[in-house]
Amino acid sequence: MTASTPVATKSRGLTDGLTAGLGGLLGGGFTGFVVRRALGAVITLFVLSVVIYAVFYVAPGDVAQITCGPRCSPAQVQQVSEQLRLDDPLYTRYLDFLRGIFAGQDYSTGTSVLHCDAPCLGLSYQTDQQVTELILNKVPVTGSLAIGAMVLWLILGVGTGVLSAWRRGRATERILTAVTLAGTATPVFVIGLLLMILICGRLQWLPFPQYVPFTEDPQQWAWNLLLPWVSLALIEAAKYARLTRSSMLETLAEDHVRTFRAYGIGERSIVGKHALRGALAPVIALSANDFGSMFGGALLTETLFGLPGLGRELVQAVRVVDLPVVVGMVLVTGFFVVLANAVADVLYAVADRRVVLS
Amino acid sequence: MSPETLPGPEALVQVEDLGVEFGDVRAVDSVTFTLERGGALGLVGESGSGKSTVASALLGLHRGTGARVTGSVRVGGTDVGAATDAELRRLRGPVAAMVFQDPLSSLDPYYAVGDQIAEVYRAHSGASRRAARARAVDVLDRVGIADAARRARSRPHEFSGGMRQRALIAMALACEPELIVADEPTTALDVTVQAQILDLLHALREETGMGLLLVTHDVGVAAESVDDVLVMRGGRVVERGAVAQVLGAPQETYTKDLLSAVPRVDAARDHRPAGTAAEGDVVVEAEGLRREFGRGRRAFAAVDGVSLSVRRGETLGIVGESGSGKTTLGRMLVGLLEPTAGQLRHGGAEKSGKGVVPGVQMVFQDPVSSLNPRRSVGESVADPLRARGDRDEDAIRARVRDLMERVGLDPAHYGRYPHEFSGGQRQRVGIARALAAEPRLIVCDEPVSALDVTTQAQVTALLAELQRELGLALVFVAHDLAVVRQVSDRVAVMRRGRIVEYGTVDEVYGSPQDPYTRQLLAAVPALDPVAAASRRAARRVSSAGAVGKELAAA
Repeated sequence: MTASTPVATKSRGLTDGLTAGLGGLLGGGFTGFVVRRALGAVITLFVLSVVIYAVFYVAPGDVAQITCGPRCSPAQVQQVSEQLRLDDPLYTRYLDFLRGIFAGQDYSTGTSVLHCDAPCLGLSYQTDQQVTELILNKVPVTGSLAIGAMVLWLILGVGTGVLSAWRRGRATERILTAVTLAGTATPVFVIGLLLMILICGRLQWLPFPQYVPFTEDPQQWAWNLLLPWVSLALIEAAKYARLTRSSMLETLAEDHVRTFRAYGIGERSIVGKHALRGALAPVIALSANDFGSMFGGALLTETLFGLPGLGRELVQAVRVVDLPVVVGMVLVTGFFVVLANAVADVLYAVADRRVVLS
Repeated sequence: MSPETLPGPEALVQVEDLGVEFGDVRAVDSVTFTLERGGALGLVGESGSGKSTVASALLGLHRGTGARVTGSVRVGGTDVGAATDAELRRLRGPVAAMVFQDPLSSLDPYYAVGDQIAEVYRAHSGASRRAARARAVDVLDRVGIADAARRARSRPHEFSGGMRQRALIAMALACEPELIVADEPTTALDVTVQAQILDLLHALREETGMGLLLVTHDVGVAAESVDDVLVMRGGRVVERGAVAQVLGAPQETYTKDLLSAVPRVDAARDHRPAGTAAEGDVVVEAEGLRREFGRGRRAFAAVDGVSLSVRRGETLGIVGESGSGKTTLGRMLVGLLEPTAGQLRHGGAEKSGKGVVPGVQMVFQDPVSSLNPRRSVGESVADPLRARGDRDEDAIRARVRDLMERVGLDPAHYGRYPHEFSGGQRQRVGIARALAAEPRLIVCDEPVSALDVTTQAQVTALLAELQRELGLALVFVAHDLAVVRQVSDRVAVMRRGRIVEYGTVDEVYGSPQDPYTRQLLAAVPALDPVAAASRRAARRVSSAGAVGKELAAA
């Protein structure tokens, strides 16, 4: 069993090491598949943490000097350096970092001791705030944006894709193709800005977006996020429409679709049931990737609409070289990407049991 | 069947002057025939003859594909050309049901087999879900799926090839059609499973009085299954009549050529003097060869304790059904796979080290995928020369041209690409490539199974000729017992990784000792319908026995 390959790209997760065979039926084979996949995800995360830690802390530049600021005296810089334990070897710092994630850690600031709770990703150089807390505060914002936008873009994208595959060669398809192409080609800040000017400014149908937590007022939450969702979904949906369309064209040409046509099954069932199910596999894979990476990359949308999410926080941290925050953010993004991919693989296996066998 | 008289209104299928065009290609041209209720008609022809296109036209499957259909097709009283989409849907299934070729891809991989049959039944009967599911179990049971209630919940990939084909027949049965259109229903199957499927179709026809339109490239399959036959070529009907008459006393030159190209399992080979090879040096010798795949609990031996030898100028046929280990054995002889245990001696010397043995070459089954589509055929043939270190480009080119000429290709086609050649020509390229490095031994893995019979005959004749002239040793791996008989001096019959019978062609085919060999030989379709009927009866008797029970699970 070699499911423990470090970098679990999607295809590898699906095929590599799953030479199990395992009798074929759901039972033990399926559970085994899920376990192996989860194990692979954990190992991927571990390797990811090593690489990220190394990349950022080995990077050139005097971290103490930058953290302290340009006006610091050499003595002050020295003090900061001691505080940050920059003189310790990298691997002991990494091991401490790792221990912090599982057990928490105490940081001494010279005058007092700051405790950092169990999933501890360190303290911000700038504010001494716990990185975990910092991130957790932002996750609901970015999560709200990601989930809502994804639901919208899946409905829009898959719907458009199915329709244009089914109506291939007719006017419907040509119009849809043109619209989706335009969608892909337009940056989010163009669509978002136009929508905002038109809907919030000129027509005043919606308020200028302002984040309201779901727990506070669900209606205001949705109302304020509607515009960001739509802007993001319009861009992404184009990609999904094209993917669904080509995937549908493939499955519609498959032999088993021909079988059901030859038995007088109606088009709705053929397209909606037999062809669509096979066509969804690449869509699931892509949405897993997109969903995961939104936790690091919905930057433009967040900035445009003034949403206090992870993307804005990350940019802020990079600007002031707040390394613990940057490392923590990148790790959390990686965590979501790996998690989403693992979930996608399991969904694959549920949809198509042959995956477990391959 | 008499096309001259006006067909009565009771005829099940009336096809008149049918033409089908795909763009500029006229795939079917003025085809006319009738099929009476309960009758069985075979459409026989090689690839590209238009036989499957005719079958699709019966169900109106060309509608919406861009094909141009002319003439008239009436099935069960419905004018297929003029029917509305709704009328066509009512025709498909309850009146005429299609059984497709290649059963793995013909069922939806995502749904249970029983649910797929139930869906088809429900679409036409309006039955409840529960009733439709019961019906699916019912028909699966009727086509001989053991433990049908449980297996109905299996997905297609959990079925064997034979079971999938049975499931497709069950789907056809579910709607109690008046006509079954079977398009190459046994082409992907082993010969024993093929016999079972043909017997099943036969029994179901006797039981229900359904008509059968059988499309096949295999004349033997037609002889076993139908009353009348149409021989097609290039989209036209070249000969028609009762199956005994067309196969027994063909009138047209094409039919005669086609029949004479069919390898006969019941006739000794005639194109080479026997015994020429018996005295040559041993080229390759294997002893106790074993190869395992998988590890731990999942390990199994694909080849298990095989010993054999091949002499210079001799052909050893290795015959067996899918999964018998014959391809694994062939690959070990070439050095593409390392044996787990056992010895392999090439030219008397123990094989040392890994990798392909110099002086041994291979010809592969699929001439399409075994040639690089992005390289010209000349370059492909030159590969082994460069691989062994030849550097003189002019000499290489000259040698490649020689080789191409030698295998019957035009040397001027050096720069052409594989897709510009027919299947038979591509296999010739494969043979030229194998010959390039002057091998002592060529292992041919199913070299002709992807080819039409007339092309098959040409390629086997070429191999025999090359062998005579060059004194090559050949190992001919194939599932087709008739082809193996025609090309081999000695034969090894494999089953589950072991050789169950090993001897000269005359011994193995003339007086088979092993029950499995006898069963294989009994399953080969006979070209003579009378003989076919008596063999079917014999199989019925024997299937009551233990061997039959074991096979019914296949």
